[in-house]
Amino acid sequence: MQQAKTTILSLPTQEFVHPGTRACTGCGLSIAYRVGLKALGPDTMLIVPPSCLTVLQGLFPVASTKLPCLNVTFASTAAAATGILATLKAQGNTHTTVAAWAGDGGTSDIGLQALSGAAERGDNFIYFCYDNEGYMNTGVQRSGTTPIGAITANTPFKGKLQQKKDVPAIMAAHHLSYVAACSAAYPLDLYDKILKCRDLPGTKYFHIHIPCPPGWGYDPRYGIKIGRLAVETGYYDLYEVVNGEFRLTAASEKLVEKRKLVPVREYFRSQSRFKVLTEEQIADIQKQIDEKWEGYYKKSD
Amino acid sequence: MHIIEDGNAAAALGVRLCRPQVIAAYPITPQTPVTEKLSEYVEEGSLSAQYIPVESEHSALAVCIAASSAGARVFTATSANGLLYMHEQVQWAAGARLPIVMCVVNRAVGAPWNIWNDQQDSISQRDTGWIQMYCADHQQILDTVIKAYWLAEKVSIPIMVCYDGYILSHTFMPFDLPEARAVDAFLPPFQPEYALNPREPANLNTVTLPDVRMDVHGELAHGYMEIRYLLQEDLRLALGAAAEMEKRFAGVFGREADPYLEPYRCDDADFVAVGLGSLTYQLRVSVDALRAEGIRVGVMGVRFYRPFPDEAIARALTGKTGVIVFEKALSYGYEGALASDLKSALYEYLGGTGRLPTVQNFIAGIGGREIHTQDLTDTLRAAIQARVSKEPAWIGLKL
Repeated sequence: MQQAKTTILSLPTQEFVHPGTRACTGCGLSIAYRVGLKALGPDTMLIVPPSCLTVLQGLFPVASTKLPCLNVTFASTAAAATGILATLKAQGNTHTTVAAWAGDGGTSDIGLQALSGAAERGDNFIYFCYDNEGYMNTGVQRSGTTPIGAITANTPFKGKLQQKKDVPAIMAAHHLSYVAACSAAYPLDLYDKILKCRDLPGTKYFHIHIPCPPGWGYDPRYGIKIGRLAVETGYYDLYEVVNGEFRLTAASEKLVEKRKLVPVREYFRSQSRFKVLTEEQIADIQKQIDEKWEGYYKKSD
Repeated sequence: MHIIEDGNAAAALGVRLCRPQVIAAYPITPQTPVTEKLSEYVEEGSLSAQYIPVESEHSALAVCIAASSAGARVFTATSANGLLYMHEQVQWAAGARLPIVMCVVNRAVGAPWNIWNDQQDSISQRDTGWIQMYCADHQQILDTVIKAYWLAEKVSIPIMVCYDGYILSHTFMPFDLPEARAVDAFLPPFQPEYALNPREPANLNTVTLPDVRMDVHGELAHGYMEIRYLLQEDLRLALGAAAEMEKRFAGVFGREADPYLEPYRCDDADFVAVGLGSLTYQLRVSVDALRAEGIRVGVMGVRFYRPFPDEAIARALTGKTGVIVFEKALSYGYEGALASDLKSALYEYLGGTGRLPTVQNFIAGIGGREIHTQDLTDTLRAAIQARVSKEPAWIGLKL
């Protein structure tokens, strides 16, 4: 059954994040979080490890989120979800949604073991990895999902030398009922995917690309534009894997019809973090993107 | 009902009687039989609980922390490096004031690898803000688990129930298994002051500033320091709650005990051996042997190690000539932690009176090194006759 696509007009007006959070100006997370919580709804419990979201949520005794939230240690996010679920089960509560929101470091690096454990156990919760591609809260250090060529505080001159870790693929390898790749620049795609997965069994994994003005080096007003460029260049894809079946969604799906990608050079040149990427390296990455998309085109034929 | 079982079974049976709702554990020797038994109880239906086989000890305590924050009574158990791997969560559980009960089946820590008994694992967690109770036999293991739930929930502080690996965990002993009805009378269902609830949202354990801060209603909320001070205060108050715990326990089960100490032939003793756990029962044999030689010596087990019952210890040792502390762990670079704590208590209460007993410190059984009772007897006798020249002195060291 195809669900109707949410538009900006049909998006619920109820807010779960108070205005005026501590997030940076132009923070991509504040968009994804605000819209994500709308989809999760009022009967939700949240788990948050130390990350930018901890800051966004506010300092004790002031909180910017209108849902109960358990702050947990860096490596334990998914295990904490398991714990809350176990209590809900013990109490006979089958209605409350448990949702974890962790950053890319908290997911792809220090939190991967706990996440893999919970996914393997099939614990019924939604895990959101908001991927701003680095340890932004501690001052922009490299993480497992920092892309190749990005300058960070601890890859200061040469940029990161290694590839971005493909966490959604790792999670898909856990045979999950639902894995999604989303972007803060496409919040309605995120919203609809959350609605779609809610009744699926076991662990659901969301990877959300999050433009980060201080970490990526761009004027805060261009966050959405840069998030879209990542998708329009075919560099970052919006997709879902439902019970093992891969499908591009939203703008990425449309790119298959258009068969025309924006050159990835435009994406790299929109942010100062990629300033050390040479034209040669960019050409190399362009080639990889083109090959990936040839595969998508072939699949759709 | 009297049954004969091993120490791990005593723990598991005690846990089942307390009706935990969530159990999470990761296997490590010699803890495994406790959690295997509990998984059996859950699968056969004799215990209605969620059993979560986690992928690490860090996650085991993470599950307990989250489950407890959501309002469930929880249990976990571990040993040695498993406890060390939990360390971050151990601190977190205390700071979050969650009444988690965890059995620590004492085992040596690596490196090098060693699976045998000593107490370095739990002693190394001394300063985490948990209550630590030590057991000397199987009845104490079972009873302490039940008491621990009552006390943890009374004071909102997590508790480690510590007992020696193999010596207690894997040996068989008779003990009384109480009726479920009696345990229910002693231990009411867990009623948390606050549990995660979408109708009453709260942001738990979030970043808390060094200083106090106004909340949205204009009321002053605690800073980090106030929260930590209250943990210390409540730990000290837990000593009083422990006395109430023992009184209530004796009222229901008829087994009366001192909540902090377990003295044996100490009343007229000039010298008192002190220790934690099963070693103190072995020392009873040495005490009996030395008494037969006319030496006035006793032994005192410390059952409650944190919060430290300093006043009770100082009172119990007032008027003694010497104290000989035996430990299966030490604060590397100095001496046994119990010896240091005990000296500090004696100084506090008897310093300046001119009646401070001498304190000697012996380290024994590290990494499961066999402790021969004869060696304990000889060590005690020698220590009573003349102070050892170098402390802490290691018993049975072959260098």
